Amino acid sequence: MEFETVIGLEVHVELKTESKIFCGCSTEFGAPPNTHTCPICLGHPGVLPVLNGKAVDFAMRAALALNCEVASETKFDRKNYFYPDSPKAYQISQFDEPIGENGWIDINVDGEKKRIGITRLHLEEDAGKLTHVDGEHYSLVDFNRVGTPLIEIVSEPDIRTPDEAYAYLEKLKAIMQYTDVSDCKMEEGSLRCDANISIRPKGDDKFGTKTELKNLNSFANVRKGIAYEEERQESEIRRGGRILQETRRWDADGSKTILMRVKEGSEDYRYFPEPDLVYLYIEDEWKERVRGEIPELPDDRQQRYVNELDLPEYDAGVLTQQKVMSDFFEKGLEAGAPAKLLSNWMMGEVSAWLKANNKDITEVPMTPEGLAGMIELIEDGTISSKIAKKVFKELIEKGGDPKTIVKEKGLVQITDEGEIRTIVNDVLDSNEQSIADYKDGKEKALGFLVGQVMKASRGKANPQMVNTLLADEIEKR
Amino acid sequence: MSILDQRFAHIHEQLHKKELSVSDLVDASYKRISEVDGKINSFLHLNEEGARQKAKELDDSLGKDDVTSVLFGLPAGIKDNISTKGIRTTCASKILDRFKPLYNATVMNKLETEQIINIGKLNMDEFAMGSSNENSGYGPVRNPWDTERVPGGSSGGSAATVAAGEVLFSLGSDTGGSIREPAAFCGCVGLKPTYGRVSRFGLVAFASSLDQIGPLTRTVEDNAHVLQAISGHDPMDSTSAGVDVPTYVDAFTGDLRGKKIAVPKEYFNEGVDIEVRNKVREALDQLEKLGATWEEVSLPHSKYAVATYYLLASSEASANLSRFDGIRYGERIEDERLIETYKKTRSEYFGNEVKRRIMLGTFALSSGYYDALYKKAQKVRTLIKQDFDEIFLKYDAVVGPTTPTTAFKIGDKIDDPLTMYMTDILTIPVNLAGVPAISVPCGFCEGLPVGLQIIGNHFDEKTVYQIAHAFEQATDHHKQKPEL
Repeated sequence: MEFETVIGLEVHVELKTESKIFCGCSTEFGAPPNTHTCPICLGHPGVLPVLNGKAVDFAMRAALALNCEVASETKFDRKNYFYPDSPKAYQISQFDEPIGENGWIDINVDGEKKRIGITRLHLEEDAGKLTHVDGEHYSLVDFNRVGTPLIEIVSEPDIRTPDEAYAYLEKLKAIMQYTDVSDCKMEEGSLRCDANISIRPKGDDKFGTKTELKNLNSFANVRKGIAYEEERQESEIRRGGRILQETRRWDADGSKTILMRVKEGSEDYRYFPEPDLVYLYIEDEWKERVRGEIPELPDDRQQRYVNELDLPEYDAGVLTQQKVMSDFFEKGLEAGAPAKLLSNWMMGEVSAWLKANNKDITEVPMTPEGLAGMIELIEDGTISSKIAKKVFKELIEKGGDPKTIVKEKGLVQITDEGEIRTIVNDVLDSNEQSIADYKDGKEKALGFLVGQVMKASRGKANPQMVNTLLADEIEKR
Repeated sequence: MSILDQRFAHIHEQLHKKELSVSDLVDASYKRISEVDGKINSFLHLNEEGARQKAKELDDSLGKDDVTSVLFGLPAGIKDNISTKGIRTTCASKILDRFKPLYNATVMNKLETEQIINIGKLNMDEFAMGSSNENSGYGPVRNPWDTERVPGGSSGGSAATVAAGEVLFSLGSDTGGSIREPAAFCGCVGLKPTYGRVSRFGLVAFASSLDQIGPLTRTVEDNAHVLQAISGHDPMDSTSAGVDVPTYVDAFTGDLRGKKIAVPKEYFNEGVDIEVRNKVREALDQLEKLGATWEEVSLPHSKYAVATYYLLASSEASANLSRFDGIRYGERIEDERLIETYKKTRSEYFGNEVKRRIMLGTFALSSGYYDALYKKAQKVRTLIKQDFDEIFLKYDAVVGPTTPTTAFKIGDKIDDPLTMYMTDILTIPVNLAGVPAISVPCGFCEGLPVGLQIIGNHFDEKTVYQIAHAFEQATDHHKQKPEL
């Protein structure tokens, strides 16, 4: 029997409003614990929430970018639970009337396009952050995060493989970043993901019992956790066992999922409409204003690169995956770089360097104009592509103007025929043996001679000219 | 006659002429409290140092600045569920025994702008849950007219202190009758404003969709002065309404010609004491003499009001009171395990009535019961509201008794919650509908005050005051004072 995996993802995204969703406290990340708090977000007796309109704008923007229908009437509900991260002992969330419903995004896996449905998108407040102290009988709580606006995005169970889950998250993150509603930094918790996974015999309509996977702290771990879980479930069933409705935790160190708790029925949060807030009516003008604020999204941008810049579909996809990379690319174009060359550099040297140094394009001193300028120097023959690698290293590590770098380091390519011919003859004069070898048919000897000429010119000699002139001078001897 | 028996306007004039100082008023207030509060237990904590300091400051400013506010320098008591910065706010619950808020309720900021003097915090039923003030964690309040009897609840301290002449006015809160019932039992004037008229920011929530803060005073005019000061939209309270606040004293014409009054037959059935019914009928005669006309009407869904109320109010309360877990503030009984800390703290420090309502509300919100209880109650609430809306299409006000009986004896109903809940049968529909209502004295039965309830349309406190004022001026019930 062959099995099919069914995956649904619940993603929490922190909205980057300046203040919290129900009070005026700052949402800045990294402040000393409990310094961005007030009686309202601390849930002191008698306080009331007042909805931050910007959070609604952002939620709507996200919903529209995910092709959701935005509600014309929506409301907030109280989700009741006792835990020290929740000072009111209820979270203000949205239960049965979310702000967005019935959306979708397209993902691309191995060249195959697939549409993943989005069930709902709702707005809620974040909880405080608990730190459990090893070996101590207490925990620490930081309420700076409590009340940060969050959207929860729930996918349809349309995802079938760990790779699709990965692609879905990449696309979702890209859309959130393009629309500028969130930083989506998993390491800071501004994007969090839980996965629901079940398996069923291929061809079955009925879903199997699902497990919920938590503590997925990177996209890579989402992929690994799901892959582990689908195998675990399959072997459990093949062994004649049964899948229980469980919450499991991904243990990245042990590369396995660990049982947290078995769920008995659904947890009862006793949702009811939040009486401290009034119904939220979203008029068409409001929707249209927010729709107008949505910038070009990754899919559209990718299409534009293909159609207008003649980039291959794949290249356009890679370039547009991260908004910051794509924006850098756009600026490079504006500065005059030819699309294909710029794209090659971005996808090649730039990406490799960023990956090796674990940096983001916004964290390096190189400007788009700098990169475009360097490409121009290659194009007009001022520097060779070999020299360009040196210039690039300088550019990305220290920044600056490529022309100045080239000039100051004396990296301008030698294209003067006489000058190169002189070097060639000097090299030939001191390498009689190599000439003889070459004439005996040892091709390698020519490579050696080219290398010697390049070395003597400190890499600046135009390589094509070196080849031509070497052949020419050897012929004469 | 004590200065504390005077009307605001009179005191204001005397302050203006420097025939009286704010310190005189504050002295008189604390003197009266020291004399009689031992008998009635109105105050939970006094703000004596702060009040005397403030009085001095105000006396210094007398004559320098124009004293425009009619509330300037007036000694007031504040129900202990209204947040007062730096001043203990316990809600008469042991769980908040030593709690001092970090901020002022919006009504307190507004009253401070008017330069009132906060004499102290008033006793109440714990978290405003009760109709007799017997549910206080700090002992019951006693009725100044008969100290063997309850003052009503939950704003029992707020009504008793005004009736006993300890302060010139007080603030109470009304979720199902908690201002009007004590006002009726203690023979003073108490108004529950339209839901949304007064900011709830800083009122420790019992049932958020029903709670309103309102004033208790000796006269209707004084009551209107206080409401004037605390009304209006508050950006800190999304449920406060952006509706203009009229000048209430403009309504005091004494003339009720053309006013059409609806009298619900349900408010005169056998559940209402015959003596109370008679007093209210006499009041209706009086209103007719003043030019009003009245007709009998029906509020067909009012019979479901008490059941509806106890489901909705308890549901909201179950969530509102969850924050009192002993972790961040308030009293705590510590255990090794978190869940046990919650359980022990809440078991120890909440009183029985509070626990009963938390359990009722938790049950009503539970999945499997939500539709049959909470949701159905919401639908009935809409029907009750519609009853009133229809009446107000044709009538200016609804008039009836405030309570089915006069003040009962301490201990009479405390062991029988359902009988106790029926005490609020005539006031609860008003909260469910969200409309304003006042209770004004309309006579006595066997020496105990009877309250006349006048209910108005949404945001039409002005008409309520107009009728109440005309009635009051034509009678002298409000001039009676209890002997203490």
